[in-house]
Amino acid sequence: MRRRVAVTINGTSYEHEVEPRTLLVYYIREQAGLTGTHIGCDTSNCGACTVEIDGHTVKSCTMFAVQADGAQITTIEGLAKGSTLHPLQQAFWDEHGLQCGFCTPGMIMAAKQLLDRNPSPSEREIRLGLEGNLCRCTGYHNIVKAIQAAAKVMAPGAEAKAPASVS
Amino acid sequence: MIPAAFDYVVPRTLPEAVAELVKRGQEAKVLAGGHSLIPLMKLRLSTPSFLVDIGRISNLNYIREEDGHVAIGALATHHDIEFSDLLKKKLPLLSGAAAQIGDPQVRNRGTIGGAASHADPFGDFPACLLALDAELKVVGPKGERNIAARDFFVDTFTSALEPDEIVREIRIATPPTGSTGTYLKFSRRSQDWAIVAVAAQVTVSGHNVANVAIGLTGMGSRPLRASGVEQALRGKGAHDEDIRAAAERAAEGTDPPQDLNGSPDYRRHLAQVLTRRALEQITAHH
Amino acid sequence: MAISQMVGASIKRREDPRLVTGTGSYVDDLPQTAIVHMVVVRSTDPHARITGIDTTRAKEADGVIAVFTGKELLSEFGAPLPVTDCFVPTKKYPKHYPLAIDKVRYVGEPVAIVLASSLSAAQDAAERVEVRYESLPPVVDIEKAIEKGAPVLHDEVGSNLSYDVKFAAGDIEAAFREAEVKITQRLIQQRLIPIAVEPRGVVADYRTWARKLTIWSSTQIPHFVKVWAAVILGIPESDVRVVAPEVGGGFGSKIRVYPEEILTALASRRLGRPVKWIEDRGENTKATHHGRSQIWDVEIAAKRDGTVLGIRPTQWLDLGAYCSQFGTFQVLGMLVAQGAYKMKAFDGRAVGVFTNRTPTDAYRGAGRPEATYLIERVMDLVARETGVDPVEVRRKNFVRVEDQPFTTLLGLTYDSGDYRITLDRALQMVDYQGLRREQAEKRKQGKYLGIGLSTYIEICGLGPAVPTQAAVGVSLWGMSVVNVHFTGKATVIIGSSPHGQGHETTYAQVAADVLGIPVEDIDVQHGDTAIGPMGMDTYGSRSTALDGNAVHISAMKVQEKARKIAAHLLEAAEGDVVYEGGKAYVKGTPSKAVTIQEIAVAAFQTSRLPKGMEGGLEATTFFDPTNFVWPFGAHIAVVEIDAETGATRILRYVAVDDCGTRINPMVVDGQLHGGIAQGIGQALFEEAVYDEAGQLRTGSLLDYLVPTAADLPSFELEATITPSPVNPLGTKGIGEAGTIASSPAIINAIVDALAPFGVKDVSMPATPEKVWQLMHRNGGTKR
Ligand SMILES: Cc1cc2nc3c(=O)[nH]c(=O)nc-3n(C[C@H](O)[C@H](O)[C@H](O)COP(=O)(O)OP(=O)(O)OC[C@H]3O[C@@H](n4cnc5c(N)ncnc54)[C@H](O)[C@@H]3O)c2cc1C
Ligand code: FES
Ligand code: FES
Repeated sequence: MRRRVAVTINGTSYEHEVEPRTLLVYYIREQAGLTGTHIGCDTSNCGACTVEIDGHTVKSCTMFAVQADGAQITTIEGLAKGSTLHPLQQAFWDEHGLQCGFCTPGMIMAAKQLLDRNPSPSEREIRLGLEGNLCRCTGYHNIVKAIQAAAKVMAPGAEAKAPASVS
Repeated sequence: MIPAAFDYVVPRTLPEAVAELVKRGQEAKVLAGGHSLIPLMKLRLSTPSFLVDIGRISNLNYIREEDGHVAIGALATHHDIEFSDLLKKKLPLLSGAAAQIGDPQVRNRGTIGGAASHADPFGDFPACLLALDAELKVVGPKGERNIAARDFFVDTFTSALEPDEIVREIRIATPPTGSTGTYLKFSRRSQDWAIVAVAAQVTVSGHNVANVAIGLTGMGSRPLRASGVEQALRGKGAHDEDIRAAAERAAEGTDPPQDLNGSPDYRRHLAQVLTRRALEQITAHH
Repeated sequence: MAISQMVGASIKRREDPRLVTGTGSYVDDLPQTAIVHMVVVRSTDPHARITGIDTTRAKEADGVIAVFTGKELLSEFGAPLPVTDCFVPTKKYPKHYPLAIDKVRYVGEPVAIVLASSLSAAQDAAERVEVRYESLPPVVDIEKAIEKGAPVLHDEVGSNLSYDVKFAAGDIEAAFREAEVKITQRLIQQRLIPIAVEPRGVVADYRTWARKLTIWSSTQIPHFVKVWAAVILGIPESDVRVVAPEVGGGFGSKIRVYPEEILTALASRRLGRPVKWIEDRGENTKATHHGRSQIWDVEIAAKRDGTVLGIRPTQWLDLGAYCSQFGTFQVLGMLVAQGAYKMKAFDGRAVGVFTNRTPTDAYRGAGRPEATYLIERVMDLVARETGVDPVEVRRKNFVRVEDQPFTTLLGLTYDSGDYRITLDRALQMVDYQGLRREQAEKRKQGKYLGIGLSTYIEICGLGPAVPTQAAVGVSLWGMSVVNVHFTGKATVIIGSSPHGQGHETTYAQVAADVLGIPVEDIDVQHGDTAIGPMGMDTYGSRSTALDGNAVHISAMKVQEKARKIAAHLLEAAEGDVVYEGGKAYVKGTPSKAVTIQEIAVAAFQTSRLPKGMEGGLEATTFFDPTNFVWPFGAHIAVVEIDAETGATRILRYVAVDDCGTRINPMVVDGQLHGGIAQGIGQALFEEAVYDEAGQLRTGSLLDYLVPTAADLPSFELEATITPSPVNPLGTKGIGEAGTIASSPAIINAIVDALAPFGVKDVSMPATPEKVWQLMHRNGGTKR
């Protein structure tokens, strides 16, 4: 009953035999050994497991590894370039957008999609863009600020667009 | 949790998929976006022993206009629908509803075919399809048939599909000019399912309501039409008083459930409020 | 206190680079070889006798290594799970073992464990364990639990009443005789599920021939787990090591010794292999303790001018099915219910009962949110009844700065604070008078704006050695070791066990200021019982007031030794040498200084040390403060109610908090943000709902509504700083303040908005439906 799955994660190819019931999140964590993608629920609500598959964010706990066969996957471990953090990682750090850090990988992946789709979101748009990710530590306040800060850095011709302010 | 073990096949065409379903019988299930099925399997509330993954069948995620219809492939995702320029222009009810489903990650995976087939009384698309008099094109071992939305949604998690049938396409007559719609959803928390939602499509001509359709989410064991409202308004003026009076009939003939999110009374009340607000919002544009 | 540069600076957290890159290691992320997966079979019946457990089919399943039941393991439990006095030494409670023996008492109670070579195999096999239950009627209601004839949970206790005790002082009868206004109100503290985003998890590894046990647990209390694992398992404490790796939030839910910590260790000892258990969310909502679950009845005696004369509160606490380790900690709420106010009499009664639900224990605030909710609702109830503005009622009753240190009726002494200043500033920030005018205008248009105040004070910094020993059996010192290495870099070991609070950064700031060593060169280590002396872990907003200060004191000791070594090196009299900015020099000649790096080298070279001085540059501290610390502040919520749907929208949330010295203001604000969000969660969204049959109906994140980003506003924060006199840094706690303050602010705002409808109270969570019903119970007629 095992199936062959070949995927590219953060630019590296992986190929394994898995049971069809293997959830992608377990594949990423156990087969690929990338434990930055977390599991925080069993009802697809928390978003801690969010990764990007072929350009779209997905809750990797709600997909079978076999469904990802052939896909290009990006996880939190794939964002930094060498020793340079991705602007979102840097902004979460700068703005204290995390405390325990457990939600953070999923949160950053969700934020990445948000900014890919809408480079200068309003505060409301940011908050709605994060509705699939739960954080219990930060009250989201500094997460919103971090995303605003990252948007500023990532925007082409940055300074021109001031992000909507929090508080 | 990890789902119970199952076997799995990835057909490349619809006929192959149907053939697999026929071969496996009751133990098999179609897997599309997986965003209703996988959560159930993880809790082991659903334990199919065979999955037919239709996710790789090509050319099933289109959204296009043809012969006076908007045709949407069963594999079009909620995200495709939310961001479709065609739908934003022609069927804002549907793109607007899509934007309110779950969260961005859910919308990236969930499909309209899956959402329809799952026939969840709290799902957002069913009430829209009902209000839009959509038709579902379905393929099975005996070929293809069309099922009208009003016949498709039978009961909680029960559609008119046979176990070996697959929804291929959803067809909606392109609304005439002057016709527009909106979807108003009420829930306690942003990512949640509706407590009650209202899908309204209205055709205004001059100051009159030429046509009106109201679909209700969360008001019974399947999506419902608020026919009382429709009767009260069809062919009448679109003035505030007319709308208010009509909206009061929104809960007629419904049988809303009692659950943690709301009592039947509250739901009836919400249906009226949301219906009025939806109608006001639409007619305000004219 | 030395003039500081780092204390008070919002420097970025040192823990973050690993966390934002996904390279931190939570329990589930630890490298694993030959690991055995454990799944716990849990009771599906809230109250039943176990008449048999058939594990045959489970043992036959693929990949299964062993299955154990409570009866099979009973002889290996050297002691039941621990219970501390926590303010009620007279309480009655039953023995509680990690696995149910012959009876189950809540849904989710561990009944058996399955051990298998993979998680999926363990889960598959767990479904094949057949437990036969003989159902008994369940008790799911606090008041019904102690009615005559109620089914009794524990025969060894005799009834469902654990305790019924008084906390009273002053002449309450006189207060009520003098009262011009008497109010009676019931306030509900609904049951909450803590929901740290990382569920619990444990890996236990017992090495048979080395006879050493290591437990990695997602816990707030590795040191306590070490003690109790040793006691329960009968292993010398010196052979047990407990590590709290990266921990994904706690909020009190990881504050006790849990069955799974014992069970994984036991299984590992039996199997000779490491055993891993990771809680899934469905389990977490039932197996990890709940919070609150109380009813408070209060009678208020007040005067027409808004003066509160006395209150008579009763706290009905639902302990759940057993008495959890700190299960009666929430009785602290009774001890501090006087809040920021003076009054003549206090007549409290605390009752604890058993029900067939998940045990309750600490959840962010543990007693203090309940106390604050009570007294802040009391202030608003008095305001409503007397027609005096809620601001004036508070001002009238406030403990004044002249009264500090103020001793409450129940004998607790506040350390410092002028409660008017935070209130005045918060009022300014929201433009209170302007808001009241806007509210009046809007009401005319049928729009309902509400303004809610909460001028809280809380007790934290647990705590002074004597009272904490009385409460929890050990003296809760702050602990630190500061060790300067040969190369002049430093390691700081702390007794607290952070799980998001940023101690690695803030305590490095504390040490950096004293030692003059750059923050980057100071590594703060924690959460591992093998690296230092017994620490007292993290809960109750205690860490900075205790361990943070212990770091300061150890660093001062090291500084003093460094100064002595420097004097020797400079051939100067000790009294003439000053230490500043990482250098020591003879007063007046800073150009001829020796650096801490040079001093550190000398500390390891006998020939360069003063005669008779021991080598090394290290100090250990067990810090016992003279009192608890008492942060305070004023929170104001402005809400608007949708009159048609009953939905509440928070328009503004303003807070002015005083937690004394702020080591890292950015971190302090972060604690407040999260705390406020959790309090709003209680006020508007969250509730653990059980049906009459004793089943939890909100057992997932689908039904238990943790607010999302889109459900919350941004917060407007300011601070005042009143250093605490009871510790050298002047710090108070801030981990729970937000939660403590925010629920009453929100509810007061909603009740205020609904005043035209004659509404005097709304129970939490104030769901849209509840609010709608309150507005429409008289057909929507307004008063
Ligand atoms: C966290 C979360 C929140 C959500 N919130 C909402 C919400 O607010 N509103 C809402 O409407 N939905 C919500 N959903 C559900 C989501 O919209 C699902 O995607 C959708 O209901 C099912 O679509 P799917 O493609 O994922 O179907 P699947 O899960 O793959 O399938 C669902 C069912 O339909 C069958 N099926 C699927 N496709 C076909 C087909 N073409 N022909 C025949 N049978 C088929 C399957 O066999 C299965 O029984 C949520 C889901 C999650 C996980
Ligand atoms: S683990 Fe995937 S959404 Fe929670
Ligand atoms: S930082 Fe802890 S859950 Fe978000």
